[in-house]
Amino acid sequence: MTHGLITSVAGPVIKARRDGPITLGEAVRVGHDALLGEVVRLSSTEMTAQVYEDTTGLAPGDMLTGTGAPLSVRLGPHLLGHIFDGLLRPLRHDLAPVSYDVEHMVNPGDRVSAGQKLARVSGPAKDQFILVPAGVAQAEVASIESGSYARDDSVAILRLPDGSEREIALTHTWPVRQPRPVRHRLPADTAMVTGQRILDSLFPVARGGRAAIPGGFGTGKTVLQETLAKWCDADVIVYVGCGERGNEMAEVLHEFPALEDPRTGRPLMERTVIVANTSNMPVAAREASIYTGATVGEYFRDQGFNVALMADSTSRWAEALREVSGRLGELPSESGYPAYLSSRMSEFYERAGRVETLGGGEGSLTIIGAVSPPAGDFSEPVTSHTKRFVRSFWGLDRGRAQARFYPAIHPLQSYSEDAAGLTGWWTAHGNPKWPEQRGRVLDLLEAQAELERMARIVGKDAMPPGQQLTLLCADLVDDAFLRQSAFSEMDRTCSPEKQTAMLSVLMQFFDRATAAVARGADVQAIAELPVYRRVSRMGEEIADGDLDAFVALTAEIDAAIGGLKLEGQDEL
Amino acid sequence: MSFELRATGSVTAIEGPLLFLKRVVKAGLGEAVEVEAADGGVRPGRIVALDEDRIVVELLENTAGLGIDDVVVRFRGEPMTMALGPGLLGRVFDGVGRPRDGGAPVPAMVRKRVDTGTINPALRGLPQDFIETGVSSIDILNSLVRGQKLPIFSAGGLPHDRLAAGIAQTARLRGEGAEGFAVVFAGIGISYDSAEAFRTAMEKSGALEHTAMFLNLASEPSAQRLLTPRYALTAAEYLAFEEGRHVLVILTDMTNYCEALREVSASHGEIPSRKGYPGYMYSDLATIFERAGLVEGKPGTLTQVPILTMPADDISHPIPDLTGYITEGQIVLDRALEHKGIYPPVNVLPSLSRLMDQGIGEGYTHPDHPALAQQLFSSYARATRVRVLSSVVGRDGLTDVDRLYLDFGNTFEDRFVHHEEMRPFEASFAIGWEMLAMLPERELSRLSDKQIARHIAPLRETAGEATDG
Ligand SMILES: Nc1ncnc2c1ncn2[C@@H]1O[C@H](COP(=O)(O)OP(=O)(O)OP(=O)(O)O)[C@@H](O)[C@H]1O
Ligand SMILES: [Mg+2]
Repeated sequence: MTHGLITSVAGPVIKARRDGPITLGEAVRVGHDALLGEVVRLSSTEMTAQVYEDTTGLAPGDMLTGTGAPLSVRLGPHLLGHIFDGLLRPLRHDLAPVSYDVEHMVNPGDRVSAGQKLARVSGPAKDQFILVPAGVAQAEVASIESGSYARDDSVAILRLPDGSEREIALTHTWPVRQPRPVRHRLPADTAMVTGQRILDSLFPVARGGRAAIPGGFGTGKTVLQETLAKWCDADVIVYVGCGERGNEMAEVLHEFPALEDPRTGRPLMERTVIVANTSNMPVAAREASIYTGATVGEYFRDQGFNVALMADSTSRWAEALREVSGRLGELPSESGYPAYLSSRMSEFYERAGRVETLGGGEGSLTIIGAVSPPAGDFSEPVTSHTKRFVRSFWGLDRGRAQARFYPAIHPLQSYSEDAAGLTGWWTAHGNPKWPEQRGRVLDLLEAQAELERMARIVGKDAMPPGQQLTLLCADLVDDAFLRQSAFSEMDRTCSPEKQTAMLSVLMQFFDRATAAVARGADVQAIAELPVYRRVSRMGEEIADGDLDAFVALTAEIDAAIGGLKLEGQDEL
Repeated sequence: MSFELRATGSVTAIEGPLLFLKRVVKAGLGEAVEVEAADGGVRPGRIVALDEDRIVVELLENTAGLGIDDVVVRFRGEPMTMALGPGLLGRVFDGVGRPRDGGAPVPAMVRKRVDTGTINPALRGLPQDFIETGVSSIDILNSLVRGQKLPIFSAGGLPHDRLAAGIAQTARLRGEGAEGFAVVFAGIGISYDSAEAFRTAMEKSGALEHTAMFLNLASEPSAQRLLTPRYALTAAEYLAFEEGRHVLVILTDMTNYCEALREVSASHGEIPSRKGYPGYMYSDLATIFERAGLVEGKPGTLTQVPILTMPADDISHPIPDLTGYITEGQIVLDRALEHKGIYPPVNVLPSLSRLMDQGIGEGYTHPDHPALAQQLFSSYARATRVRVLSSVVGRDGLTDVDRLYLDFGNTFEDRFVHHEEMRPFEASFAIGWEMLAMLPERELSRLSDKQIARHIAPLRETAGEATDG
């Protein structure tokens, strides 16, 4: 073990003289309380480490010890359903130890290879798996037994080609900064269903995709992340609270156990892992928490699950990088951020993907990062770099948020590069017309922005009926389709079937109204039809699964618009 | 443990608030020191950096008058602490917890670190009890919840002091007896007048005996401003989590706090971030604001209403911006409304209460309260857009509906937002519906048919009867 003598202490950064070899990135234990730290810089006799815990009381002359391993976290079946700090240490210490039912999937004498499933760990929620470690290319099972095991027990023994033996336990450690290997990547052609209409129908994210939610304070990043964590169709959710509020973590902890996963009927908490480094917790651990989250995500991906990782907020992570970099005396680049900001960000987002696992199965890790730009200005470094690395960009708009129009995603500032690859998915899920309908909605919203600029000059009354109708239809898209309250029992999530039905109601309305106006109908009269109000509230009033109601609504549109008196008709 | 180092010859330099000493004792990062000058004054400070030869101390008082040769530095061997015990309420302290009302110090039952109070997020309780403040724009549209941190974003010359004092006197839970809050008031670099005005207001309403005040006045050392909110919050935590009270903490003016932070950071020679404020200002402010909340298994609650003045009325300035990223919403005061004579001049659109959804509705206020709030926001947002439009094309260039919105916007400000006296929740709730009754049903897309029938239709009938009769 290499030791070091601390020579200086400033905030979370310490310097020490060392008496032996130590490596960059190695985890170290610092001072009397063995605080966890990591070597970030080395010279011939000196080393610099960042410390992940409160350094109050540390002094020159205190000792430091190398651990011989890179900064790592413990992965295992104990993660699901619980909350951990930025280095995956439990934040609750009062939980009774549990035992896990393990059932072997291979037999002694079997030949196995990296990533292969050795045993199933069954729980109330979902089965998890113990895999052959990534580093073990080939091995023979020396022993394996089903039974009930405690968290740190060993479950099997593998005999390696060189004759040595390796114990396989329920849990294992993995270096957080090192991506877990896969066989190869698969194309992003499957949608991750979020249950949010503006996302699934307009700006979708594929399984294994990368998305960002930039927005000023209070525009709805956290609520959106929580909503996705609740209702998206992933098997496992990793929720990383990075430098944000303690009460938000409390909210997840209180709410999720009481909510039911509509797909499995189990409490949502059972599919969730929370990594919490709130804004008042040590800043260096904030930097690590993002990698911790990605490592946990990959761990479940490797078992063949579809995982969604929410990181709220990646800006706090970037700021933690900046703070530590400043204390190291590094030369700042844009806005004081270190020059390596962009490469760190790309490394992080690169850990997303849909893959063929080492064991030959399929799994995915989707990363959704919130971005908190200073003053809500999207041109700042973190937002602009993020834009280069994500494929779905969901820009939140202050004006919408202030009008309590939620989710406040601005349709003209958002985009999805995954959309093009998902036509097949929508066709397979009952909506072959999706690309066309999506295009029509986007065109309408584009036209709305243009016409509203014009109305500010000439006044709405002076516009021709065709343009007034465009504005009316765009208002309807906003109100009926894009608005979706996260707090509405009925509307907080919306299945692809319901989205399809709603889109087709809207298309019917546009077509009928356009035809009627062409025949001379008054736009204001259309706006005043009771059916207009019914359509604008359909998300709130018609339950998921009640497709008949949408058919009825379509008929009502036909009857109401068809029955409009046309101008000059009285005289006929 | 506390030991003394005679510093003659040990202090090597004084630069701004920083004192550089030779490292002749073993002391740890963050530990407290007291620096005694020849004039006998004692200045608190803390260790901010150490290496093999040197200790850097940051003094939290004026360093003027300190000499290099004649100071005595006492090392406390522990971080900064505060002695706490019964009898905090009704007292006035200075910015670092020493009595300034001539009374004796409170009995020291416990000593607490002033700079921790990190609540383990896994042990937080969920804030969800609605607090009635008597202000319509808060109670109906941006509700305050027990355990929340909800700042007032104000600006020079706006009546934030009056609003905060009003809330401190009125705030109570609904349905329960008249039991109000214990109030901790931290004056950070404020004028004597502001402090006195608050004290008089509390005295008049008889609430002074439930109030503890911590004052760092404008004339007092700015470095101490970094400590004032921490001492006040340590006392508030004691009142809440040891004595089991519901505590409302008013921190004013956080802008002065941030200025002091910038000053100290500059003297450290740190690379500044936006507008010269240090890059860690977000984390630093979080250590203050995150001290609001509830703790599982502990009886009391700690609610914060910090006040800040936005430099140049600019909400995107780093002080309000970073604050907004930490707190659970904000109440924004607006100069234009103030000019119209509206009190309190709350601009409801940029205002927000993030915990509102947990504390209103069925079982808390009224089942239709959330819908009422949503509809008022949506309609008023439209009204402000129409107002802009009409300033260009004129009232005559508007459509009929838009003219209704224009009237709605003005009436909303005059009748709903504006009220001199504190208004009970029920009255605010009723006026909210009256506002919406000005608009045709088609415009009320946030309300269900039932809600319209329940709250709007009866108003239309009486209005109809009145004109019929
Ligand atoms: N989809 C939604 N449905 C209903 N209400 C919402 C929605 N999104 C946001 N809100 C409202 O807006 C408030 C602020 O949202 P949120 O806390 O998510 O903002 P944020 O962008 O995370 O802000 P910050 O950067 O400060 O953390 C919420 O408390 C909630 O009242
Ligand atoms: Mg947030």
